[in-house]
Amino acid sequence: MSDVRVAGTGLTPFGNNPERTGRGLFAEASITAFEDSGVPRDDVEAVLYGNFMGELSEHQGHQGPLMAEAAGVQAPATRYESACASSGTAVREAVKRIRNGENDVLLAGGAERMTNLGTAGATEALAIAADDLWEVRAGVTFPGAYALMAQAYFDEFGGEHEDLAHIAVKNHANALPNEKAQYQRAIEVSDVLEAPPVSEPLGLYDACPISDGASALVLTSESYAEEHDLEAPVAITGTGQGGDRMALHDRDHLARSPAAREAGEEAYADAGVDAGDVDFAEVHDCFTIAEVLALEALDLEPIGEGISAARDGRTTADGEMPINLSGGLKAKGHPVGATGASQIAEVTDLLAGEHPNSEHVDGATTGVAHNAGGTVASATVHVLEVVEE
Amino acid sequence: MSDSESSVTDAGFDEWLAAAENNDAYYLECANGHGSLPPRLVCPDCGSTDLTEVKLPETGDIQTFTVTHVPTPAFEEDAPYATAIVDFGPVRLTGQVVGIDLEDVETGLTVELEITVSETTGERVISLRPA
Ligand SMILES: [Zn+2]
Repeated sequence: MSDVRVAGTGLTPFGNNPERTGRGLFAEASITAFEDSGVPRDDVEAVLYGNFMGELSEHQGHQGPLMAEAAGVQAPATRYESACASSGTAVREAVKRIRNGENDVLLAGGAERMTNLGTAGATEALAIAADDLWEVRAGVTFPGAYALMAQAYFDEFGGEHEDLAHIAVKNHANALPNEKAQYQRAIEVSDVLEAPPVSEPLGLYDACPISDGASALVLTSESYAEEHDLEAPVAITGTGQGGDRMALHDRDHLARSPAAREAGEEAYADAGVDAGDVDFAEVHDCFTIAEVLALEALDLEPIGEGISAARDGRTTADGEMPINLSGGLKAKGHPVGATGASQIAEVTDLLAGEHPNSEHVDGATTGVAHNAGGTVASATVHVLEVVEE
Repeated sequence: MSDSESSVTDAGFDEWLAAAENNDAYYLECANGHGSLPPRLVCPDCGSTDLTEVKLPETGDIQTFTVTHVPTPAFEEDAPYATAIVDFGPVRLTGQVVGIDLEDVETGLTVELEITVSETTGERVISLRPA
């Protein structure tokens, strides 16, 4: 099976830009991705686009063709929606199409416009990633659902808010040199502990911000990259997806993410690697506890021990397994539909030595991107490897 | 969702809320004994379409909980409030914890089902009261 090359990556800055439209954001990300790739727009055979709340934030459905148009591409286009894993699933479908020989060049990515909804509106929009009848109508918010998991984790494995605070501190530190990050600002453990509570035990600094932004990837087959002499040293070598019951209360585990484990196992097997081969990862830290669950699901930390990984320095930039060198969703921002593809862009740039934090993973050959939807009823995992010096 | 005759209801769910208000809450049990919540035509565990209504156990235990300070607009007047996942045995339910100080809510607490209304919207809310 041939590898899928990441020929170009493009990200808008993530942040608070309520006036920017989804189409404007995706156009900008795609321009960067095309310039980075050297691939002409005419060669793109389809656009695979992730978006979650476009109907609510922009009164806009049917975004696939709109975004192809915004990117200047004349090709069939489809929107993928899996809550916060929307563009992770879009990239996964692109990878499968290129591998099965259906396509040689695809544009995959995503965008989200959120801040124009305000905090209450965005909280409401995010909540619909949960079960409307049995969770949302009982008052469950998106942070509330993760708080339920955090409390369950504390009860089952121990740990406390201060452990989670170290994750937020680490991810903010990682974002300092990342110009695309929403927050390029260091924080202290005390900032996290003293922040206003959102849904206990989680407070304001345990949560990722509400963000606007877009991501785009130009993906090609290996043969296309070779024929056109592209500079594309990084390939997506493994893809996986997992699923779980929609409502948190229907899950087998309240303090684990079986869907992410399933996605990770599939992606590792697909790439022919295991967790021991992974040099670093971008994981879906929409809340601090989410990073813990992701590390354990990906076998990067034993079950019940992920809680101490940041505090003990295992996952910091100079630790043995740097996690979220981009700043993660926590500090880089989380424009929901853009996130999954943006993580793949960050891993690609880190592996290619083109990221402001590449020095921390000098010589790394294998990176992982983990993207979760809702309370992880959906998850995608991608393995990326350096395939060309 | 209001009780007015003109409003559209959610089949299966609103009937369940009405039953719960009359102390007749139920869950669905399939031919293989799996429990689930309506509205449902198929058992999510095994695919059985032979589902029958069985009375929900009187009490359950809190498995995890949170106190939410930043709600959606539908619960603006209700915040802060506690939400819990409660294990009733055959099924688990998510609801608001009522009739107890927020700081006294804890894992393991035994509760019973009660239907209350949102202070913000007046809509019915699945709630849980210490038994
Ligand atoms: Zn069954």
